[in-house]
Amino acid sequence: MPSLIDIRRRIRAVKSTQQITKAMKMVAAANLRRSQERMLNARPMARQIVRVLSDLAARVDPSTHPLLAQPDLSDGDQVLLIVLTADKGMCGGFNASIIRAASNYIVEHRAQEVTLGLIGRRGRDFFRRRGYPTRFELVNFTRKPCYEHAQAIAREVISAFTSRKADRVFLAYNEFKSVLQQRIVINQLLPMPKAHFDQGDPTAMVDYLYEPSPQRIFDEVLPRLVEFEIFTALLESAAAQNAAQMVAMDNATKNSGEVIDALTLTMNKVRQAAITREIIEVVSGAEAL
Amino acid sequence: MTLPAHLALEIVTPDRAIVHDSVDEVQVPGSEGYFGVLPGHTPMLAMLQVGQLWYRKGSEKFYLSVAFGVAEVMPDRVIILADIAERAEEIDVDRAQSALNRAEQNMATRDHDLERARVSLLKAISRLNVAHRARTRG
Repeated sequence: MPSLIDIRRRIRAVKSTQQITKAMKMVAAANLRRSQERMLNARPMARQIVRVLSDLAARVDPSTHPLLAQPDLSDGDQVLLIVLTADKGMCGGFNASIIRAASNYIVEHRAQEVTLGLIGRRGRDFFRRRGYPTRFELVNFTRKPCYEHAQAIAREVISAFTSRKADRVFLAYNEFKSVLQQRIVINQLLPMPKAHFDQGDPTAMVDYLYEPSPQRIFDEVLPRLVEFEIFTALLESAAAQNAAQMVAMDNATKNSGEVIDALTLTMNKVRQAAITREIIEVVSGAEAL
Repeated sequence: MTLPAHLALEIVTPDRAIVHDSVDEVQVPGSEGYFGVLPGHTPMLAMLQVGQLWYRKGSEKFYLSVAFGVAEVMPDRVIILADIAERAEEIDVDRAQSALNRAEQNMATRDHDLERARVSLLKAISRLNVAHRARTRG
């Protein structure tokens, strides 16, 4: 039987852990609200950019653009897989599940040559330790991604694609479905799926003046769509990360509460036993007199 | 065909929708030069450069510093998709000033990427101008 003092000490320890997890939960909740807001703020741009592009795509020949060329995925192709993880842990299965999905992808596509683009410290550490071929890595911004980060990633991606170092680029990240649910998605970034541009209704098209030519505007805006898709993924991942952390810390707080209850119960039992023993000792001592 | 009385102006950046308003006139820094838009403008799609954008609502003018993106003009609305857009009152003058100095230095030393230095110089100048406008007016 552990002594009373030991149990008290443990209760104190668990209590302070609980305070920390509780605080982390609150912080995650606040961050979650902010990152959800940022996701909402990005929506208008997403809507407009796709609309402008599909209108332009109807006017120029989109298949001529290098970012839209559609080579078939065959053996020996080089695939660039971008893996979006978090910089820190403490968020349940968030990092583990994305890393698992990426590893599975690599195994399934053994016929292709998969190189990695690693965003976030967790993923970088994991894959670097195991010596996977890596094209680029960026860390320390996953909690608060800015558009510049998305631009930096897009630059890497586009240069890899246009220099034929990668025939295909995929982006693996945690999609924010709800606070309780994250879903892993692996999206094809490049070449861009044609479906993006088939949304325009050709009969409703307006005759625009173009300044400069439609082709040049198209060439200018298309890379922006890549940037923007990466940006949305960064925001989704940040929100998902905060949500995962909030849930994980909530569970931790609940669990430590249970531990405290159980320990308090044992503590009371031990104390009771000690008191009973003392009484017996006193009584039997009195009887002996 | 009757002309619309107002323009619905929407300025969005990746981070946020910065302006969503009904205005009377807009001037936009197009890649081929500044152009003004009044209600009833011909549909147009233009690229943006670094510069000042203003819009007029009644007799009041509002200034913004924008950089890169596209503008879509319709008879009754203007949609600006910009990489960067800042309202005059949001601009940090000290930061813009130091960015200006840095860019000038970088251009002078020549061992930097000249194009990048040029762009940051333009951005800084545009920010300062816009901020200056807002201040002298107010």
